[in-house]
Amino acid sequence: MKKSYKIEVDCANCANKMEEAAQKTPGVRDAVVNFMTLKMNVEFEEGHEPKSVMKQVLKNCKKVEDDCEIYI
Amino acid sequence: MSKKQKKTLTRIVIAAGMLVALHFIPVEGWPRFGLYFAAYLIIGYDILIKAAKGIKNGQIFDENFLMAIATVGAFALAIYERSGDYTEAAAVMLFYQVGEWFQSYAVGKSRRNISDLMDIRPDYANIEVGGKLEKVDPDEVEIGSVIVVRPGEKIPIDGIVTEGESSLNTSALTGESLPRDVKAGDEIVSGCINMTGLLKIRTVKEFGESTVSKILDLVENASSRKSRSEDFISRFARVYTPAVCIAALALALLPPLVRVFAMGLDAGWDEWIYRALTFLVISCPCALVISIPLSFFAGIGGASNAGVLVKGSNYLEALSKTKIVVFDKTGTLTQGVFEVNGIHHSELENAKLIEYAALVESSSSHPISKSLQRAYGKEVDRSRVSDIREISGNGVIAKVDGVEVAAGNDKLMQRLGIEYLSCHSVGTIIHMAIGGKYAGHIVISDVVKPTSKEAISALKSAGVQKTVMLTGDARKAAEQVAGDLGVDLVYSELLPGDKVEKVEELLESKPDNAKLAFVGDGINDAPVLRRADIGIAMGAMGSDAAIEAADIVLMDDDPMKISKALKISRKCMRIVYQNIVFAIGIKLICLALGAFGVANMWLAIFADVGVMIIAVLNAIRALFVKKL
Repeated sequence: MKKSYKIEVDCANCANKMEEAAQKTPGVRDAVVNFMTLKMNVEFEEGHEPKSVMKQVLKNCKKVEDDCEIYI
Repeated sequence: MSKKQKKTLTRIVIAAGMLVALHFIPVEGWPRFGLYFAAYLIIGYDILIKAAKGIKNGQIFDENFLMAIATVGAFALAIYERSGDYTEAAAVMLFYQVGEWFQSYAVGKSRRNISDLMDIRPDYANIEVGGKLEKVDPDEVEIGSVIVVRPGEKIPIDGIVTEGESSLNTSALTGESLPRDVKAGDEIVSGCINMTGLLKIRTVKEFGESTVSKILDLVENASSRKSRSEDFISRFARVYTPAVCIAALALALLPPLVRVFAMGLDAGWDEWIYRALTFLVISCPCALVISIPLSFFAGIGGASNAGVLVKGSNYLEALSKTKIVVFDKTGTLTQGVFEVNGIHHSELENAKLIEYAALVESSSSHPISKSLQRAYGKEVDRSRVSDIREISGNGVIAKVDGVEVAAGNDKLMQRLGIEYLSCHSVGTIIHMAIGGKYAGHIVISDVVKPTSKEAISALKSAGVQKTVMLTGDARKAAEQVAGDLGVDLVYSELLPGDKVEKVEELLESKPDNAKLAFVGDGINDAPVLRRADIGIAMGAMGSDAAIEAADIVLMDDDPMKISKALKISRKCMRIVYQNIVFAIGIKLICLALGAFGVANMWLAIFADVGVMIIAVLNAIRALFVKKL
């Protein structure tokens, strides 16, 4: 399943870091952060609930870039 | 300006004011330090907090940490040396923030610019309920409902006009400024703006499946597919910052140790630490990391404004390397509509001959007969025609105004025993005989688009090495069109499956770094669009299959747009390379100068912020594609 989320982040490098953090989160097959459109497209693995996965994604993103937001 | 930007701007102004004032106020000792440090905190407190949080979360090498270390280090050095020169540390932080502010402002601005360009999202649809118009969410309109679009409003959903006449502004979709006239019965695509009259439209799709939604979706997700240049930059940034940090550490430790132990000199710690701190200031990869995606984003935005939708930066990058362009003939280089193309050996006036032909063929619904009716241009008076006999595979014989008229191919003339002149032109030939006497023939063929020839030569001058045409048509017809247009290579009499094979052959025979683009009208050629390095679908308004299969979608069917797209991609890639070379080059030079002690921290921060500002401004240039 694929979903798109609006995000808030200030710099392009931070967006790259968020992307990396999201990709490493369990339950995420692939994640792409688009800094220019401020969107995160997440592809979830089968059998994972997007809501709970996204909570973890947000947590991991906050770790690498404190000043970011994902509108889940 | 967002709230955050305003706040940062205020902090910048206050801190800058303080630094200028402190330059003229003679305070010495600790009060001096206190005042400078206050200015420093005003401008840099958030960086310090972020750096601390970064360390806590195990993210050591980020730019906040680097700036914090460099500036705090500079303060410490100034205290240690008792020089009282705190300006440098505070100013470095100040300029860093100026750079960040500018970057966020420029990115926000271009974000808005591009969304303005693609301002085609309809906010509502009008539905008539009990004689009154009601605004509803386009998402809620079901297929088959009738919606009302008043002048000045956007068409929200694809449909068919049931009532009314108007002109449509399609420029947001196609980049074409000429309005399109529509009347009852015409199909209409969402995203156009209704200009003059009230239209009632029966919807044929849901909002989510309508052209406008598909296009917005495509554009918004475009830069998700990253190009090789972007990947290179993110990989580079990942290596670059830690590498510079390690180099900085080495610079701070090794030379002093070597001086002490190997050369017996004074260690000169402060000098080398200062050089190392200068290194750290240069180590931020911001200019690169922001300017490359921004260039692509601006390039894709500019392209969509010109009616060229690019599905990802990777395709823009590939397009710029296109050396072979393969065309489908019908519907791409030609209009795919049959038209009267010539009248030869006519004994009568041409118009008269067409009139006879149109009358004789008036009862037929064959495309040929339709094109004759169109060429005639007037309403056919069927009462003038009698005794119609259609001879299958030959033609039609009928009485027009009491005179026997025959219209058909060679076989019909042979059958009637009439001597005819055969034709050298390509296309369908209709011989005419009036009253048993040969009266000339009419040539009907698919018409080449008016800009096709120009488009091919524009591609050639843009550096495309080979142009190829694929068609299912007969060899003679295909070769004539190819010759007229100046296409290098033509493969004719192909079945749809053969086209994929031919493209595969061409793909194999070309060098790896030359890309092959296939241009089709999206009908029947989806497999070929997928197989080519870059699939370009044209005239795709409303054709879902094409939008899906293609990598680049041309909104109207003008072949000139292909060279335009090529030029846009070239310009964008030029800017990308300029930015990469410029940003990395300046950084490396400054690193070298810093290591040898030529560059101080001032130069370092100017190099950092200045390079970024220039790179961002350069990136925004990719947005301007009108004159290409």
